[in-house]
Amino acid sequence: MLSPRRSSRPDMDTEWASAIEIATAVKEGRVSALSVTEAALARIMERDPVLNAFTDVVAERARKRAAEVDADKQKGPLAGVPFAVKNLFDVAGLPTRAGSKINRELAPSAHDSPLIERLEAAGAVLVGALNMGEYAYDFTGENVHDGNAHNPHDTSRMTGGSSSGSGGAVAGGLVPLSLGSDTNGSIRVPSSFCGLFGLKPTYGRLSRARSFPFVSSFDHLGPLARSTQDLALAYDAMQGLDAEDPVCVDRPAELTTPALQRGTQGLRIAVAGGYFKKGMFPEACVAMDRVAAALGANRDIEIPEAQRARAAAYVITTSEGASLHLDRLRTRAMDFDPATRDRLIAGAMVPAALVNRAQKFRRWYRGEVLKLFENIDAILAPATPCTAPAIGQQIFVVDGVELLVRPNIGIYTQPISFIGLPVVAVPVPLSPMPIAVQVIAAPWREDIALRIAYALEQAGVCAAPRPKF
Amino acid sequence: MADKNSDHLDAYIDSAAAALGIPVDPAWKPTIRANLDVTFRFAAFVAEKELPDDAEPAPVFKA
Repeated sequence: MLSPRRSSRPDMDTEWASAIEIATAVKEGRVSALSVTEAALARIMERDPVLNAFTDVVAERARKRAAEVDADKQKGPLAGVPFAVKNLFDVAGLPTRAGSKINRELAPSAHDSPLIERLEAAGAVLVGALNMGEYAYDFTGENVHDGNAHNPHDTSRMTGGSSSGSGGAVAGGLVPLSLGSDTNGSIRVPSSFCGLFGLKPTYGRLSRARSFPFVSSFDHLGPLARSTQDLALAYDAMQGLDAEDPVCVDRPAELTTPALQRGTQGLRIAVAGGYFKKGMFPEACVAMDRVAAALGANRDIEIPEAQRARAAAYVITTSEGASLHLDRLRTRAMDFDPATRDRLIAGAMVPAALVNRAQKFRRWYRGEVLKLFENIDAILAPATPCTAPAIGQQIFVVDGVELLVRPNIGIYTQPISFIGLPVVAVPVPLSPMPIAVQVIAAPWREDIALRIAYALEQAGVCAAPRPKF
Repeated sequence: MADKNSDHLDAYIDSAAAALGIPVDPAWKPTIRANLDVTFRFAAFVAEKELPDDAEPAPVFKA
């Protein structure tokens, strides 16, 4: 996968350093981008055989890019920061496999995705592509083609998916920053199971060009990191119109980093009630209580028809996903993961009349939820019902009822991405396993969700726990 | 009831697979049926919400 070379190690411990600490050290000349990159490559070699977060390591490219950063007199805000991307992002020279067997036969990509280009323009260094659930239709992090991703906090447990390697690589200290995609929860679920900060921006905010799609109606891309500052820094570097993605809005970049420290005073924060208070395991309740108490959020608010929103998201997802893969289902059905294949075949058989009803409901629901934001600034909700289940676990018991694990991991994330609201998943470092809470804001108000996340981090309520190796 | 529903969906799967040109191995049918059953139940739940005839779907094309 990668050849061991050059033993130069940085003077600073970059294993758990934040992106901002690395960039500051590189800019001040205390460490070179090349030595930071070498250290990241060495950690990947050492730990990835266990974590299985990476599917591709682009060592020579990373060394070349790091040397360029070192030679550059004008260093960017992410100077020398190693990062990796879910393998549905185009990486020049690699086929965009999207977690599948079939796609690895594609021609190598000619260009990087625009988000990679923007991070590298800010000084970051791409070191590889990351494991994911097949075609992003997954909440577990299990993959029959590339092997399952393993949770750094307990390698017998799931990372969550579908951005499984994006969670495992950052939580395992391999890189401080990764990119993932989130259609129904695929950034927020791994953030919860791996104990990370994850940002799913407003639908249309970040370009999805040159990434392999899943459900165009709900697809979002965004960063995962071990601190709010790193999330904001990466997010700010990636904002801006991209005409290559017709969904990407023509909206000026609204930088969030300068406002992070403004605190939460004056913000009206409520807790999602009703649907979002059912089905939680005790650990999810503890996490919600801690976050709500720290923010003084003592008011419940009902997100109307959230259960129906989840059902509508499910219907649109299975149908649009099947439409995307219809030709492959006809000709290459045996090359899919059987679980993905059977869901997609069923999705292909859903009549358009039912899907259109779900899209009508979606607009109605959006209108109702936006009314809530006339009187509040943010809503808190659990990210997942529980901490990471065991890899391969099929059933969990909620309120005495046995439920299938896979389809129920995303019950709290689906009604939010369904209408494209920005969310920061904030990790509560419970022992033995972390779990996250969603901080949900009105469209285009990523700044508010990030400010709240930063305040929780400063208060010591939220943090990315360091795994024991 | 369950059997009747199951038969109904099995026939639907056979017809839809033929119409769509998707080869379906008989061994896959129980899982496809289970997924389709959930989807139809969810779709029915969504459709229970009364909305006016002129309600616009979420994606709106702009020329």
